[in-house]
Amino acid sequence: MRKLILCLAGLMMVGPALAAGGGDVVLKHKDWSFSGPFGSFDQAAMQRGFQAYVEVCSGCHSLDYVSFRNLADLGYNEAEIKAIAAQYEVEDGPNDDGDMFMRAALPADRFPAPYPNKNAARAANNGAYPPDLSLIAKARANGPDYLYSLLTSYVDAPGDKEVPDGMYYNSAYSGHLIAMPQPLYGDDVTYADGADSSVEAISADLVSFFAWTAEPALEKRKRTGVAVVAFLLILSAMSFGAMRFIWADVKK
Amino acid sequence: MSASKFSNPVVRWIDHRLPIFSFLEHEANEYPTPKNLNYFWNFGSLAGISLVIMIVTGITLAMSYTAHVDYAFESVERIMRDVNHGWLLRYIHMNGASFFFIVVFIHIFRGLYYGSYKAPRELLWMLGVVILLLMMATAFMGYVLPWGQMSFWGATVITNLFSAIPFVGESIVTWLWGGFSVDNPTLNRFFALHYLMPFLIVGVVILHLVALHRFGSNNPLGIDTRGPQDTLPFHPYYTIKDFFGLSVFLTFLAAAVFFFPNFLGHPDNYIPADPLQTPAHIVPEWYFLPFYAILRAVPDKLGGVLAMFGAIAILFVLPWLDRSPVRSARFRPLFKIFFWILVIDCIVLGYVGAKPAEGMYLLVGRVATVWYFVHFLAILPLLSVIETPRPLPQSISTPVFGGGGGLAGAVAAPKEKL
Amino acid sequence: MAKSQTKSGADASVEHKSRRDFIVVATYAMGAVGAGAFVWPLVDQMNPAADTLALASIEVDVSKIVEGQSITIKWRGKPIFIRHRTASEIEEASGVLQDELRDPEGDDVRAQKPEYLVVLGVCTHLGCVPLGQKVGEVRGEYGGWFCPCHGSHYDSSGRIRKGPAPLNLEVPPYSFLSDQVIRIG
Repeated sequence: MRKLILCLAGLMMVGPALAAGGGDVVLKHKDWSFSGPFGSFDQAAMQRGFQAYVEVCSGCHSLDYVSFRNLADLGYNEAEIKAIAAQYEVEDGPNDDGDMFMRAALPADRFPAPYPNKNAARAANNGAYPPDLSLIAKARANGPDYLYSLLTSYVDAPGDKEVPDGMYYNSAYSGHLIAMPQPLYGDDVTYADGADSSVEAISADLVSFFAWTAEPALEKRKRTGVAVVAFLLILSAMSFGAMRFIWADVKK
Repeated sequence: MSASKFSNPVVRWIDHRLPIFSFLEHEANEYPTPKNLNYFWNFGSLAGISLVIMIVTGITLAMSYTAHVDYAFESVERIMRDVNHGWLLRYIHMNGASFFFIVVFIHIFRGLYYGSYKAPRELLWMLGVVILLLMMATAFMGYVLPWGQMSFWGATVITNLFSAIPFVGESIVTWLWGGFSVDNPTLNRFFALHYLMPFLIVGVVILHLVALHRFGSNNPLGIDTRGPQDTLPFHPYYTIKDFFGLSVFLTFLAAAVFFFPNFLGHPDNYIPADPLQTPAHIVPEWYFLPFYAILRAVPDKLGGVLAMFGAIAILFVLPWLDRSPVRSARFRPLFKIFFWILVIDCIVLGYVGAKPAEGMYLLVGRVATVWYFVHFLAILPLLSVIETPRPLPQSISTPVFGGGGGLAGAVAAPKEKL
Repeated sequence: MAKSQTKSGADASVEHKSRRDFIVVATYAMGAVGAGAFVWPLVDQMNPAADTLALASIEVDVSKIVEGQSITIKWRGKPIFIRHRTASEIEEASGVLQDELRDPEGDDVRAQKPEYLVVLGVCTHLGCVPLGQKVGEVRGEYGGWFCPCHGSHYDSSGRIRKGPAPLNLEVPPYSFLSDQVIRIG
């Protein structure tokens, strides 16, 4: 047992070391509704985050792995999803004449990307590629806190720091120089539910949304997990009891 | 093979023609097992079950996976989002790999501590080392399949190890890649081999079991069993004990799968592979970290590669490095101390492997690497000569210590059977 | 355990044995239930995935189909024939006597709106796609569709009239969302 404990201790040392990203940045921590073994998504926040993504982020950032039909998880009904999808155009074809054509998006379609390919995205953004946001919350160490910190940490550069053209100062970004201009200034979106639209509030809503796009099965996973772990604990206790019974007549 | 062994006529009919029931009866029911095995002996069966879990989830994942550079990442995301229970299967497979290694590492260190590699179990031990090598190759290729940034760059770095081989290195790497960099042909063949190798492991595991059943399990005392009073039938005693161990193991695995599925992974692997951009800090999966640290500790390319492979190769000759006739560390006071130093050394190597190769980390890594080899090449042979083992008990069921004690008694006991 | 052993007599050992058997059997049974529960995801992953199901029902705007013409669309990997029938075709289809048919079915049962016939374009004989969709293609002796593989003739209601096919062309599940929009599936 001692060995096992040592091994686990070793793992605990190594695990965070693996996850560690930019060491010079302290992230702002928030208690997200989706963290912890019983965590779940906040639908209202996700809907607001979705609105903010559409109005602020989607001009440059794609959402490649998310389909309109997935929006049902945010609490939209079928008609609402159809209406949202219909605002987008996707390429289809070839038609009977062999040509590709544009049509209104359907719930089964994925969100169309703002640029046709990576090179076009780079060309339009000073050579910096705006990453796809579907998995962003899992593709960065401490994703939710990282995103929240990044969005809320555009501050004036300290006097001795030179900020080149096309770069911006962000105290939460590793190296502090980021190619993305400050996306949020407060009141960037007007929420239908009258929720707070400060930079911090919109950032938190966006994080809720991106936590979902990165891991849509999160709620199901945690709910299943509670049941499975409970089952296995009972099974462990029962098999321990059974083992004691069977071994009872063995002379030690 | 008397036919009267089974009362059921169908069983009897089959068993007469295909003695599968006799085999099972002999190997599972009657198989005499030392009665004093502790919980560390659970890890062998856990490793076997881990292998089954990996194969089963792997085959189902393969049904939805596309081994093509343009679709691999997307097909994994489709598994995570659209395939029924796909997220569950993938997370079990992902975390199952880590747990498989945890179990196997504990299994190996158990063997080291209780001297399970010593005569007459040398081949059993060597087959185990072959399994470890196959597992490492399988895990490495599996990690390439999601085609994220870590997949791609891990594949690039590890395949480049072979370029250290003099004269033919470059040709070998080109041959491994099927091109001039890690690309679609590489991904395709890695998928084919990743699917194949688990079944090779199954084959070697069967040999491992055949070798095990030749002399039976070692035990915490490290002395041979001397008759029925020392043993128990495997069933029901060890079936229920293994079942209990399995329940606990699955509880830990489930906790990881359902609550921390990405804890042992790396965030960069959720970024699609980009052959033009290396992530800032690339590290292998945690189970390769000690070997990675050894690789980086040597300032010479070929030397590093040789040291890394040597770290495993040395295990093959371990039975002949440790000449002490006493198996269990319980009766070897000095060996016991050095065993725990080795454990710490491996953990240190793992820690250093996750850190950038510079400054203190590099220094510590070098010291730990040297110690690893010194342990096997110098300390173990030396200990077999200078150490005075404590007196061994006469048998498992009679905890009476051999008269006189000292080296003479200790040597006599295990040699009897040879 | 110590307790039950101190109880003297056969009673105690019998009681001990039955308690032991119960918990052992219960444990292994529970393990079997757990294993069974784990098998379900392995089996269910082979069922159609969410993205496949999302395409399992499609919506078609039929307003652009000129009277007398047909369109072919793909639904669940198979062709669907939608024909905007002319008045004479409807009349012909509904005028057939039931006992003339191999697979008796009324036209009013097959077409929710008589102007639009929606059928699966797969011959019920051996699965070929019948001709008759494009202008100028053979429509068979009954003015519907003709399967070139083994010569089955379908009428303007998609019913089998001549040839080896046993059944009428299948009508997929569909409904009119509005006058001109059909949802198939």
